[in-house]
Amino acid sequence: MERGLVVTRQLAEGSAIVAHALVEAGCRFFAGYPMTPFTEVLEHMAEALPPVGGLCVNAESELEAVGMVWGAAATGARAATGSTGQGLSLMQESIAEATMAGIGFVVLNMARGQGDYFQATRGGGHGDYRTPVLAPSGPADVTQLVAEAFDLADRWRNPVLVVGDYYLAHTWVDIEVSAGPTVPRPAPAWALDGTSGGSGRAKLVSPLGTAKQRDGVGYDLSEHYAACDRRRQEMTAGITPRSESSAVDDAEIVVVAYGTMSRLAAGAVAELRAAGHRVGLIRPITLWPFPAADVLRAADGARMVVVYENNAGQMIDDVRLALLGATPVVGINGFRTDSSAFGIAPDATVDALCSSVRSLLGGGR
Amino acid sequence: MTNRPDDLRVVPGEVPDDATLVADFTPTLVDVGAHHLCPGCGEPVAIRAVMDALALLDLADRCVAVFGIGCSTAFSNNLDVEVLQALHGRAPSVATGVARMRPELAVFTIQGDGDMANEGLQEVLHAAARGERIVCIMLNNGVFGETGGHLTVTTTVGQRTKNTLEGRDPAQHGHPMQIAELVAGLQGVAYVARGAVNDAGNVARTKRMIVDAFTVARQGLGFALVEVLTMCPTGWFVPTDEAPAYLADTIASTHRVGVLRSELP
Repeated sequence: MERGLVVTRQLAEGSAIVAHALVEAGCRFFAGYPMTPFTEVLEHMAEALPPVGGLCVNAESELEAVGMVWGAAATGARAATGSTGQGLSLMQESIAEATMAGIGFVVLNMARGQGDYFQATRGGGHGDYRTPVLAPSGPADVTQLVAEAFDLADRWRNPVLVVGDYYLAHTWVDIEVSAGPTVPRPAPAWALDGTSGGSGRAKLVSPLGTAKQRDGVGYDLSEHYAACDRRRQEMTAGITPRSESSAVDDAEIVVVAYGTMSRLAAGAVAELRAAGHRVGLIRPITLWPFPAADVLRAADGARMVVVYENNAGQMIDDVRLALLGATPVVGINGFRTDSSAFGIAPDATVDALCSSVRSLLGGGR
Repeated sequence: MTNRPDDLRVVPGEVPDDATLVADFTPTLVDVGAHHLCPGCGEPVAIRAVMDALALLDLADRCVAVFGIGCSTAFSNNLDVEVLQALHGRAPSVATGVARMRPELAVFTIQGDGDMANEGLQEVLHAAARGERIVCIMLNNGVFGETGGHLTVTTTVGQRTKNTLEGRDPAQHGHPMQIAELVAGLQGVAYVARGAVNDAGNVARTKRMIVDAFTVARQGLGFALVEVLTMCPTGWFVPTDEAPAYLADTIASTHRVGVLRSELP
């Protein structure tokens, strides 16, 4: 995708930046159902798509939102939907089955906290499938990661998740935004446009396989599921797990955190380093595939690994799997959330994390 | 699955020299004539009526079919039109996505009553109310045929199914819903009809309904629904040759055949 050259600096809401990122990545169809903190993304898409010839449909539920996206994506359009954890739960059947139909689209989860880590990385749906999961740290890198999510969805013909939270969706930031929406990429050869009908070779896009009865085979699910399995393995091997780390080389304690929590952790690590403590940070960017090798490398030589997440402890399982007992793992999680139930954790602060890490270092105050 | 030649097909090359082919009834948009549905099933007849209507309107290379999940899914990989397979109940939203991105196409769904009226009723109602320019075809046999004959919301009162062994009792199993009537009452709807394939006259009328449904949708007048009553002797537990009469006497007395709404000029 060509990126706009003109860059303007503006004060923008995170949701508007997410919507801008979608449109700039070539998204021309969006369907959704309001739910906090996802709602504002839907509002911004309803505003942003018509001027570029795109469509935003208010679906009657998340089931239909993902169904509409299934249809739009089958015509070769870059299409996306999104919601918040509960809405994502409703979409799981389609997300799982789309992997078998070879239909790629992007699904946003503006989650309430990080309690949907398992839902995103394990998938709440049925069958042997995987969905790549990208976790922006905030408005600064969401544009890049949304573009990459579409590239992955196209490349692997598989749904791709982008996970954020209330902080990403609702925080206003001063940010540089590139100017123009890009031109949508041309429809791929497999996409439906009606024209192959009557040719004797009409196209079929189906989670049951693409073999036609005229070929003497019909739907052979055993063959199709084996093919899906091969494609999933190829995708797993083909996507490089990504992370970014800082100050891990000599760290006694390495903090692992993603999304908003990684920004809090970065603040805490900077503060602790300034005070002379040997603390580092690794932030998984792809939650699936999980950057296990990067985590293992970052933890090399460390006394302890701390997994800092806004849930009751989910990513900590992947960190333990990455380390396989090589380094002790401690979770800092289970934060009280405020009465909004939108995943705002007042006690998850830079100061509180500094204090917890100091205690673990043995110099607690 | 094997690709068997259809014995009944008239192949022009094999016609004796002194004979003249006056009409070729080979369906042009069905890949393989043989199917694996039960003997006496009404769905192949209904599917052929849809394909004939598309051929008549010259829409074969300007349409996308969105299939639901049920017995009729047996045809989703057996047609010479582009097909997008949807999940059970989800065809109208999937068709909406296709039709919105490709408004020049004739987009239609093929669903059974279990698919459209049980699993996905809100899909068809909202698609209708939005006035989507799609044609939804519901093949209504009053049972979940693929699972072996179980109660759906269109099962008629007194009808025996595998989970209403003594017949559907409204006090215990609720009342049947009439889908065509339900949809016909919504704004955004341009055409609603209920046909049947129990005899030649009804097959011809049903084909006419499907042509009219595509015509209103193509003219941008709004949403179109054609419900087609189809025989399911297996799911009804009646002999194959009695199924057409059972349809007329039992199913059609609750789900009445006719055109319920037409904005056709």
